[in-house]
Amino acid sequence: MTAKPFVDIRHAAKSYGTLEVLKDINLQVQKGQIVAIIGPSGSGKSTLLRAINDLDPLTSGEIWLEDKQVNKSLPPRQYEKHINQVRQEIGMVFQHFNLFPHLTVHGNITLAPKMLKGISDKEADDLAKDQLARVGLLDRIDYYPSQLSGGQKQRVAIARALAMAPKVMLFDEATSALDPELVEEVNLVMKKLAEEHMTMIIVTHEMGFAQDVCDRVLFMDQGIVVEEGPPEKIFRNPENERTQNFLRKHLQSQK
Amino acid sequence: MGLDFTVLPEFLDTLLLGSLWTIGITLSAAILSFFGGILFAVIALYAPAVVRYPFRLFAWLFMGTPLLLQLFLIYFGLIQIGVDLPAFVAGVIGLGLHFAVYNSDIIQAGILAVDKGQFEGARTLGLSNWQSIRKIIVPQAVRAVVPPIGNNMIALLKDSALVSVIGVTELTLSAQLAISKTFRPFEFYLAAAACYYVINLLLEAGLRRIERRIQAAR
Repeated sequence: MTAKPFVDIRHAAKSYGTLEVLKDINLQVQKGQIVAIIGPSGSGKSTLLRAINDLDPLTSGEIWLEDKQVNKSLPPRQYEKHINQVRQEIGMVFQHFNLFPHLTVHGNITLAPKMLKGISDKEADDLAKDQLARVGLLDRIDYYPSQLSGGQKQRVAIARALAMAPKVMLFDEATSALDPELVEEVNLVMKKLAEEHMTMIIVTHEMGFAQDVCDRVLFMDQGIVVEEGPPEKIFRNPENERTQNFLRKHLQSQK
Repeated sequence: MGLDFTVLPEFLDTLLLGSLWTIGITLSAAILSFFGGILFAVIALYAPAVVRYPFRLFAWLFMGTPLLLQLFLIYFGLIQIGVDLPAFVAGVIGLGLHFAVYNSDIIQAGILAVDKGQFEGARTLGLSNWQSIRKIIVPQAVRAVVPPIGNNMIALLKDSALVSVIGVTELTLSAQLAISKTFRPFEFYLAAAACYYVINLLLEAGLRRIERRIQAAR
């Protein structure tokens, strides 16, 4: 029995001139599912993730979130309105955090809800506190991003995305820019979200994390999904030679 | 005959009043040039071509011609087409627009230097293009370029002496009035220079305060 997919990527393709970075990708994610996308750099995994909220528009293909098409073809003005609406439902976390340095942690979290949902100052305060409690940084509410460690910055970035109450969260190598000792605190926050059944699509180099947390793993190479399946299968018994090579190299590099 | 500074005290109030006018015109023009600079920078970078190209001509006119000539045009020229501005207002507009064009160049560079991820971060949350520019990009750009804009404001203070020629009794013209009564140019011009120096120190102290306050938020 398969329910209607929550996130549905149909025949996604993208090219820059003659360079095809995504070739006919199909991906269905059910509500509450956690999907990891792994693969070598240049495989198109980040491009695919960034296509989901139309940050990197597809050349062809469709992206659906529930019953709404994300990359609907509309006149520019209407499209701007449509995409701003849709993006409120898709949280995204970046490798380099992209926190707003001129705002405090509180300001970072409350800016979008205040502007887009018209909540009051009091509601915004409560929202900031709730979300910061979720990532364990309530005591940093009045700090500026420059005063935080990398791990703390990423946790604030997660709180900022969560404050919009998104239906799905996208993680674009959320721990790749962090010092090794700071990776775990971010992983813990993501694990907690997994336990709360947040739908998540995660581009990652952390094979251990993907194995622990994800329901499904996709291995991408050269713009296609080479292999996909449950983590036990992908990590223990990969069928495809390219997957095997990638995982072997990856394990070696981590030793 | 040597220098005789004993003539100064009698005209102290003239010089003080002139200093106040200089401060007033500098601050007014500085505010106009700051917000004008932001507006011009946003136009230059984001406005559609029909707005952008006429604006470039306007910016080129303000950068490529002498400020003195611009003040004459605004004060004496506009009267002919029925716009009769008080000298102070004409001076503020002339100085303000002139330095707004220079500030705009600096702010444009600041905007272009803001990390691309900032825009993506904002758009991802659902902010529109314009909301992202207004709330995320411009505030960061302006914070980054406070020091060079501060330098422009010090140049503005000094160039404010030019409005004496359209009859604003600021510091330079006040000194000239005192000279015309005492025939003591050296003493009064020196005194005026000292006043400019003190005002400059105050301005620099103010700018440093602003720089310190935005330090954390960068």
